[in-house]
Amino acid sequence: MSLRVLAAAGETFEAPSAETFWQPLIGSGAFAITRPAIVYALSVVLIAAVLLWATKRLAVVPGKRQMTVEAVYGLVRNGLARDIIGSHDFLKFVPLLFSLFTLILVNNLFGIIPPIQYPTMSRIAFPLALTLFVFVVYHFVGIKRKGLGGYFKSMVPAGLPTWIVPLVFLLELLTFFVTRPVTLALRLFGNMFAGHIILVLFILGAEYMLLHGGIALKLVSIPTFLMAFVLTVFELLVEFLQAYVFTMLAATYIAGSLADEH
Amino acid sequence: MQHAALALAASTAEVPGNPELPVLPHTGELIVGIIFFVILYAIVAKKVVPRLEKMFAERRAAIEGNVEKAERAQAEAQAALEQYRAQLADARGEANAIREEARQQGAAIVAEMRQQAQAEAERITTNARAQIEAERQQTMVQLRQEVGRLATDLASRIVGESLHDEVRRRGTVDRFLADLEQTPTVTSR
Repeated sequence: MSLRVLAAAGETFEAPSAETFWQPLIGSGAFAITRPAIVYALSVVLIAAVLLWATKRLAVVPGKRQMTVEAVYGLVRNGLARDIIGSHDFLKFVPLLFSLFTLILVNNLFGIIPPIQYPTMSRIAFPLALTLFVFVVYHFVGIKRKGLGGYFKSMVPAGLPTWIVPLVFLLELLTFFVTRPVTLALRLFGNMFAGHIILVLFILGAEYMLLHGGIALKLVSIPTFLMAFVLTVFELLVEFLQAYVFTMLAATYIAGSLADEH
Repeated sequence: MQHAALALAASTAEVPGNPELPVLPHTGELIVGIIFFVILYAIVAKKVVPRLEKMFAERRAAIEGNVEKAERAQAEAQAALEQYRAQLADARGEANAIREEARQQGAAIVAEMRQQAQAEAERITTNARAQIEAERQQTMVQLRQEVGRLATDLASRIVGESLHDEVRRRGTVDRFLADLEQTPTVTSR
């Protein structure tokens, strides 16, 4: 997927592609330690350290540091878990949702934070790993709550004509086992992947035009840099939004498995 | 940019291990993704969330405690107000009672004074009457002598010297006076 934009001065501009994201640091092959893997691991260490440090001495009347953690925690706990799952069962899913939200948010923000500037979630392996947990958890709690038969039975809404039930059951089966996990992982991956490619394209393009272009192209590089800045701000919004959406959908799937009625 | 260049270089040489399609996961990254999420989850579930929930519970308890304390204080204030009100009513009643008593005492004193004055007046009247009686008696005695002498004189002038005999004169006069005395006592009583 390399776009030939310019052929000036004998040098061609290679637009960023999927290969841009392949950055092995140690080793090679299927088990290479890649840059996003290191960033991801560091993000876990960072989040764990910050959370442990901020909750070390919690006061009933919170300080500034505690207030920040409380705000994020309250958003996940009350705004997502309690409102979606319901006040009866939500508490045991709060750790999962809170871990998901903080991890995705920090890794997304890494996409625009120098010198990292790499959204880990643009590598499908990471959203997939997180989706795997959500997938296992919502099936597990559903089967635990309703029994294996009850769980599958609960997928089909009650009160349907008998002849339509097998069809709906197949569709719901597809939804529960394919559509939900695949969309959950792909949504996050796609947003981060596309966003990062656009940012790289604008920044590299502007740089290339500035360094290798004529006068006209040098001038064009200025609005291109500006656009890169605007898109970075937009990325920030998307990063927040995707972390929120992923957590919200995870909570929704868990709530759906726990619900008595379809 | 360097990474991009690296990536470009890598793309030309076939990369073993990295899937051709970006939607297929790299095995190493998938493993790292799973392991480190488990680590984060364990820390959050074992430490962070329990700490925060404990603090939330404490905060709720503190707020409830404060509300309770405020309610208690309000109840105490209400009780004190009631007490003051009762005391005020008591004091007012007492003042009323004292005033009433004073009025009664005053009335009693006035009545007593009046009685005393009446008694005094009566005593004075009685004294005066007694004095008048005594004077009347005295006058009567004098009169008796005087009238007796005058009458005797008059009689002796009319009848003559013969009647000057002492014994007879006294008997007559006495009889006359006794008659005289009986009449006014009957009328005075």
